[in-house]
Amino acid sequence: MTTNKLKTMRDVFLEQVYKRMHEEEHIFFLTADFGAPTLDKIREEFKDRFINVGIAEQNLINVATGLALEGYTVYAYAIASFITMRAYEQIRTNLSITTQIKPVNVNLIGVGAGVSYVVSGPTHHCIEDLSIMRLLPNFMIFSPSDWKLAENFVDYSISMKIPKYIRFDAKPLPQIYSDIDSLDFEAGFSEITAGKETCLITTGYMTHRAINVTNKLNDVGLIDVFLLKPFKSDLLYNVLKKYGYIITIEEALINNGGLGSLISKLVQDKQSDIKLRHLGFNDKYIFDLGDRNHLHKINNIDEESIISAIQGIHL
Amino acid sequence: MKKVYGNRKTLIEHLKEKALWVRKETLKIHRIAPETRIASSLSDIEIFVALYYGDILKFDPNNTDWKDRDRFIISKGHGAISLYPILADYGFFSNEELQNVCRESSFLGGIPDIIVPGFETTNGSLGHGLGVACGISIALKRNNSDSKVFVLLGDGELYEGSVWEAIMFAPEHKLDNLIVIVDNNKISMLDYSRNIMDISPLEDKFRAFKWHVKAVNGHDVEDVYTSLINLINLNNNQPKVLIADTVKGRGVSQLENDSLCHIKTLEAEEIDNLLKELK
Repeated sequence: MTTNKLKTMRDVFLEQVYKRMHEEEHIFFLTADFGAPTLDKIREEFKDRFINVGIAEQNLINVATGLALEGYTVYAYAIASFITMRAYEQIRTNLSITTQIKPVNVNLIGVGAGVSYVVSGPTHHCIEDLSIMRLLPNFMIFSPSDWKLAENFVDYSISMKIPKYIRFDAKPLPQIYSDIDSLDFEAGFSEITAGKETCLITTGYMTHRAINVTNKLNDVGLIDVFLLKPFKSDLLYNVLKKYGYIITIEEALINNGGLGSLISKLVQDKQSDIKLRHLGFNDKYIFDLGDRNHLHKINNIDEESIISAIQGIHL
Repeated sequence: MKKVYGNRKTLIEHLKEKALWVRKETLKIHRIAPETRIASSLSDIEIFVALYYGDILKFDPNNTDWKDRDRFIISKGHGAISLYPILADYGFFSNEELQNVCRESSFLGGIPDIIVPGFETTNGSLGHGLGVACGISIALKRNNSDSKVFVLLGDGELYEGSVWEAIMFAPEHKLDNLIVIVDNNKISMLDYSRNIMDISPLEDKFRAFKWHVKAVNGHDVEDVYTSLINLINLNNNQPKVLIADTVKGRGVSQLENDSLCHIKTLEAEEIDNLLKELK
């Protein structure tokens, strides 16, 4: 059953972490002075396992590493663009390199994927994270499109003892996945709608936009990719190969290492004839203001532009 | 392996002998692997010797994951070539391995890494060790462990902003099981640090950040030993820092007082002469 109730992935995920902290003594929650309603409960009830390191993302990663080296499961929580880019070398050295020798279960939770902090400008827009985080060996990258997936990931994040980057949209969104138990989670993607000739491939927020499009156009497929690393390329290709045209859509720089690049490489590796088109942001930052749809419109990733792109393929 | 000294004088004599021996062994390693940072590895020898041969650090060479061990984080990784002979002496790995530093199939690199038995963290990139040590310190306190966390920082490393994030963090969390040693050799890579950006007085800076501070002559092994013993026995809810006044390239006249000694390499012949002369 899906509900129409809008929820943020962040709230649902933290609520589940809060529950697990009652059962598991070995979970620490660290934040770089970034809050959430559920976090207040964690802070109150688990005073000795909650640390606000202050606005200090480098130290956030380093302290998290120390705790993880001693066997703790750690959540490190901050705004997506800062946790990834301000502390990138801490992530590389202390998580990505270290875990190859000694496993460290540090779960980076970045809130504000894409342009979900619409009017806060280019510092808060996070359009490079998938590209740079994909580079790091030994990392897992989780980019869910709905809160049900996010909720489901908590147990996995505890049992899977490697560093992970978990990126959440900042805004409340409806549920997409109803039957989460029958989902092959480790496949890392789901064909939400099977189409004939054309398929959209999306991650995160853009999956919601694409659902609106496939509701209007018959025969257009949709695949939601939520695990970008590890990436099960053969499994995905088995689903993709029936299509002649693929359009990737992401709130990220086009073909600069994100979802578009991932699919390009897959199609190339398989020497496939599938025709590709990538939608996203051009090689520029966005200073424009307005609502999220406006930012999408001027960058040709709003509903109408996507529909035109699909129709343009067949002209 | 560890000896118990009933007589303090005997212990101090032993530490002095070990310091001379480690200095020579470090020079021998540098002859095998000229890529190693020799000057930086000569200023911290008395610190390593006091910790390892003064029976201060708790460790088990046969079980490097022993949960009751003290954690020693060597944040100035480049300067830890002088720890190789000590670790081999205790049996963390074989003495023969010292002949293969930086060579194919060896695990002893130009910068000691997490793959080397006895090293806890990924070294080589400066400014990480103290923050990681803070996390370890919190974990040990939560586990009611008596183990301490020692961290060796270089003074040049203090230019990294991330170090100060951790310097602010540790007293706030009353990390009194944390003991930092600053190898204050006063030379960075390209110059005397006072010519790059003068960060003295270090004591006042740490005090202002609510650390317990002790300054010491970092080449007086008795002084280093006594200060470390006093610091680990001090229960005052504060993290502790020992600022060790040291000389970069200590014991080698070609390196001492050379502002570029960090990137200097000694010739094999120079090393042979030094091995005869050093006392």
